[in-house]
Amino acid sequence: MSRAALLVLADGRFPAGGHAHSGGAEAAVRAGRITDAPSLEEFCRGRLHTGGAVTAALAAAAALDADPGELDRAADARTPSPALRAAARRLGRQLMRAARATWPHPELDALARRFPKGAHQPVVLGLAARAAGLGPEDAAYCSAYEGVSGPATAVVRLLSLDPFDATAVLARLAPEVDRVVQDAVDVARRAVSEGPDVLPARSAPLLETGAEAHATWPVRLFAS
Amino acid sequence: MTTPGGVRATARIVARGDGRGGTSLPVLEGEGPLALRRTRGSGAEARVMLVGAMSGPLGGDHFTVDARAEQGAGLRVGSAAATLALPGQDKAAARYDVRLSVADGAELHWLPEQLISAHGSDLYVGTRVDLAATARLVLREEQVLGRTGEEPGRLTSRLTVRIAGRCVLDQELACGPGAPGGWDGPAGLAGHRAVGQAVVARPEFAADPPTARMLGQDAAVMPLAGPAALVTAVAPDAQRLRRLLDEALASFV
Repeated sequence: MSRAALLVLADGRFPAGGHAHSGGAEAAVRAGRITDAPSLEEFCRGRLHTGGAVTAALAAAAALDADPGELDRAADARTPSPALRAAARRLGRQLMRAARATWPHPELDALARRFPKGAHQPVVLGLAARAAGLGPEDAAYCSAYEGVSGPATAVVRLLSLDPFDATAVLARLAPEVDRVVQDAVDVARRAVSEGPDVLPARSAPLLETGAEAHATWPVRLFAS
Repeated sequence: MTTPGGVRATARIVARGDGRGGTSLPVLEGEGPLALRRTRGSGAEARVMLVGAMSGPLGGDHFTVDARAEQGAGLRVGSAAATLALPGQDKAAARYDVRLSVADGAELHWLPEQLISAHGSDLYVGTRVDLAATARLVLREEQVLGRTGEEPGRLTSRLTVRIAGRCVLDQELACGPGAPGGWDGPAGLAGHRAVGQAVVARPEFAADPPTARMLGQDAAVMPLAGPAALVTAVAPDAQRLRRLLDEALASFV
């Protein structure tokens, strides 16, 4: 594997549209639940161990060549909020465009044909990692890290939080990201042989209801 | 019966259309702490009450409730009181499995009272629902974290719903001491002590799905990727949670 390819895929400037999404942080800021660096950290920690653990496992399973259609259905079942399902497919479609231009691969072409409106983003991410010559651990790292760096970056804009404080939050979460990734890879290997039912399904209630509330706002800074 | 480490008990309910527009209960078997009573039904529906003959589950216990509504049946199951998860003597975790299946043309209303996670308890609840393509379901689950003013125990609750073999909902909620970090933070429960889910499944939703909507600030009706909808609600206490979920369920009628 190429370590440089991992940096390209994980780069926040990789043109896959992620910067337009706050990962639920905009709704949590509006609700007064994220007000400073410590509450941002707790938000990111909760997201990492719920939706983050799920998307990391889905991305790792896709990178291990589990059936993407089954993974996409598993992602739907684990995403009860229609606003979050729509966001995940929109992000999947944008990532697909960037990945096909960056690492052309017949598996990406096949997935794009199968899901013309976009597959769930972590499924596309796992196949993009394969196309880039990366493995399941790399895919899980990209997914888990993006799941916390997105909200941290968004909160810098939403609250004018000091970027140094936001980055320190990410550094403090790093050991937990490592553990989530290891668990994701282990369970993804099981999912390849036992099917997607073994994938984690952990949920965060306020992320779901917050995403639905956010979708009704007439004016917002982020798409989700 | 008592096994090393705790009590194992299973309750079984089978409801069947009696061919005359009513519902019979060919199987109604409780065991140990899981007692069942048939109560007066209305119309075509049979009603069953889960009666906790003793409190529990305690650490180490494993309870299972298996309810099936077969063709033509209308079944409504409630419980006489809240279920209280308590710590056991040997510090082991307890497990509560609920398996529900509903055949084509049958309808199940699964509306138990709250599950209360008492301080020091450790309970895993697995609810698995299998619906045939034209089955109908109304399900409500409520988790209350601790009795009044009490720190909660550890509670993990997974809810899986399949329709015609396809999984349309799989979600797990983990909270209390020892749960993965952030469970009580701004993404999880943010200090709320009651959380609940309601699921409504109807074949008509395939052509005409319910619209997504908010109920107050922290509850939402969400159409799933299949002919079903989930209501998720978070509230400061059990009473306000019940009001939110029942208001949401009433809006489906």
